[in-house]
Amino acid sequence: MSDRPAPKEPARQPPIIIVVIAAIAVAVLALPLIGLLQRTPWPSLGSTLGKASTLEALRVSVVVSILAATVSVVLGLPLAWVLARLSFRGRALVRAVVLLPMVLPPVVGGIALFFALGRRGLVGRALQNAFGVDTLIGTTAGAVIAAAFVSMPFFVITAEAGLRQLDPRLESAAATLGAGRWTVLRRITLPLLAPSLAAGATLSWARALGEFGATITFAGNHPGRTRTLPLAIAQANESAEPEAAIVMAVLLIGVSLVVLIGLRHRWITPYAHKPANSPQTSPS
Amino acid sequence: MNIQAEIQAAVGAFCIQAVIDTQSGSCTVIVGPNGAGKTTLIHVLAGLIPLRKGKVVLAGQVVDNPARNIRVPPNHRPIALQTQPNLLFPHLNVIENVAFGARCSGLNTRLARQRAEKWLHKVGMADMANLFPTHLSSGQAQRVGLARAAACQPNILLLDEPLTSLDAETRTNMRHLLTDIKTTRVLITHDPIEIRLLADQLLVMEKGEIIQAGTPEEVAADPRTQWTAKLLDINLLTGTATGTEVTLNNGFILTTTTPLTGPVLITFPPTAVTLSTAEPHTSARNTWQAQVARIQPEGDRVRVILDTPIPCRVWVTLQAVNELRLNTGTRCWAALKASELTVRNA
Repeated sequence: MSDRPAPKEPARQPPIIIVVIAAIAVAVLALPLIGLLQRTPWPSLGSTLGKASTLEALRVSVVVSILAATVSVVLGLPLAWVLARLSFRGRALVRAVVLLPMVLPPVVGGIALFFALGRRGLVGRALQNAFGVDTLIGTTAGAVIAAAFVSMPFFVITAEAGLRQLDPRLESAAATLGAGRWTVLRRITLPLLAPSLAAGATLSWARALGEFGATITFAGNHPGRTRTLPLAIAQANESAEPEAAIVMAVLLIGVSLVVLIGLRHRWITPYAHKPANSPQTSPS
Repeated sequence: MNIQAEIQAAVGAFCIQAVIDTQSGSCTVIVGPNGAGKTTLIHVLAGLIPLRKGKVVLAGQVVDNPARNIRVPPNHRPIALQTQPNLLFPHLNVIENVAFGARCSGLNTRLARQRAEKWLHKVGMADMANLFPTHLSSGQAQRVGLARAAACQPNILLLDEPLTSLDAETRTNMRHLLTDIKTTRVLITHDPIEIRLLADQLLVMEKGEIIQAGTPEEVAADPRTQWTAKLLDINLLTGTATGTEVTLNNGFILTTTTPLTGPVLITFPPTAVTLSTAEPHTSARNTWQAQVARIQPEGDRVRVILDTPIPCRVWVTLQAVNELRLNTGTRCWAALKASELTVRNA
C-alpha cells in the first residue's frame, strides 16, 4: 500500500457539467418570473396595489392560507403519526388516498368537495340537519376547506418522513429516565420533529397560498370571502385588465418569497447541524 | 432482595428465560457472547420489553406480573437505564441531557441543574456542560450517558456496557465511580477486570438463558463453558507499587517494568507463566514455589490453577503436564517475566 501514490485530494472545483445543468434548472424556474417582472407596470404599481379590491384579495389569501395550513397541521400530525408508527391493514391504501390531492387536478378536487360538502352533498346535508350550517359554498370556511384539501398532503408526507427518521429508542430512553408519555412527546418527540413540522407547515402554507382550482370550483369567487389573490389575478386577466393581474402576481410572488426566505433555516436545516452556541472542543 | 425476577420474555422469535435475585446495594454483572440476550434482559427489567410469563419485583414493588395483568411502564419503575449506543438527546446540550431525569422526577430547573452539575463533575465532563452531543467524542458521550442515568438517583441502576468507549485512565476513574455508587447496579460488560472488581454476583448468559451464576471467583474456578473460561482467564492481582516493585496484599513482591507508586492492578495472561520441577535459572525476574490447586484439561491444553503465594491461572500443554507430573497438590516452580506484566494505577 505504501508504494502507491497517495489518493488524489477531492477536486476543489465542482464538476462543470453539474453546475451547467443546475443553471439551466434555475433558468427554467426563474425565466417566467423575469418575463413577468419585465412587463410589470412599475409606475402604476403603487396605485394598483393600494386599490381596495387588491388589498381585500390579499387579506383573504393570507387568512385562508394560514387557516388551511393550521388545519393541515392539526389534523395532519396525528395522521402522520398513525401512518409512521402503526402498522395496520390498508395502510398503503390510506397513504395513497392521503396523497391523492397532490396528483389530482385541483378542479377535480373542487368538484369532489362539492358533491361531498355541497348543500345536497353526502356530508353537506347532514351538516345542515345537525348544525344548521346552511352551506359552505361561497364562505371563507369553504375556501379554507378547499385549500386544506390540496395542501394537507404536503404536511403529512413531510411530517411522516420526519417521524420515520426519528429514532424511537430516544423516546424509550426518555421513558427509562422517568419521562411519562406527555413529557416524552413535549420534550423529545416534538422538539426533534420540529424541523420537519416547520418544513411541512411551510410547504402546505405555500401550496394553500397558490391554490386556485379547488377554491373557485367549490367555494366560488366571491370578493371578500373566497376571492383570494390567485382568483383575483385570473379574474383581472380575463376581464382585460392584464396590468392589474401582473401587479397582483408580483404581490403574490413577493409575499411568497419573503416567507420562504424568512423560514429557510426552519425547513432546510435540521437541529443537529445548527451551530452550537458554545465553542467546539477537540475530543479528548 | 432488591431485584427478584422470574423472567420469560420474547423479542420476535428470540426468547429469554432468567431468574435473578440480588441484594440491595449490590452489583450484578451480566456477561455472555453477543446475542446472548443481555440487553434484552436489562430491557425487560426496565420495562421496555413485556414479560410473557413470570414476575418482576423491583425494590419491593411488583412491576411485572402478566398473570395478574400488572405491567408498570418504565417511567414508574425505580430504575434508570444507561443505554448502550449512547442515545443522548441531540437537541439538548450536555447539562440538559443530564438534568432530564431530575426534571422528570419533579425537581425544579435550578435543583435539577445543580444535581446535573454534580454528576457531570463526577464523570469529569463539567467543563463541557454547554456542548451539544454532536460535538462529543464517543467516550465523552458515554460519560454523559452514565451521568444522565446516575443523576436520576434511582433505586436500581441498569448499565449496558457503560465503559466500553473509554480510554484506560478514564475507564479506571469511571470504574471507581461505579464502585462508589451504592445503589443496586446491574451491569453488562465484556471486561474481565470490571467483572473481578465490580461484581458481587456474576450471571453468565448464553442463548437467552442464564447458564451460570455466582461470585466471579466461583465462576472462574469452575467455568461452565469455554467462552466463560476464556473471558475469565486473566490473572489479576492487586498490590502497592514502589517503583518497579509491587508488594502484593499477602506480602509477596513482584518485579515489573513499569515504575509506579501507590495502589496498582497487575494483569498477566495465563500463558505468561512457565512451570518447572526445579528452581528455574531463566531471565525471568519473578520466580516462586507454587502449589497446584486444580487441573482442568481443555482440548489439547490444560489450565493449571495455582494458589499460594500468587493465585493465578496458567496454560500449559498436555505434554508438560505429563513431564512435570502435575496433579492437585503438586508443588512446582513458577516463573513469570517482568515484561509480561501489565501494571496500572488502581
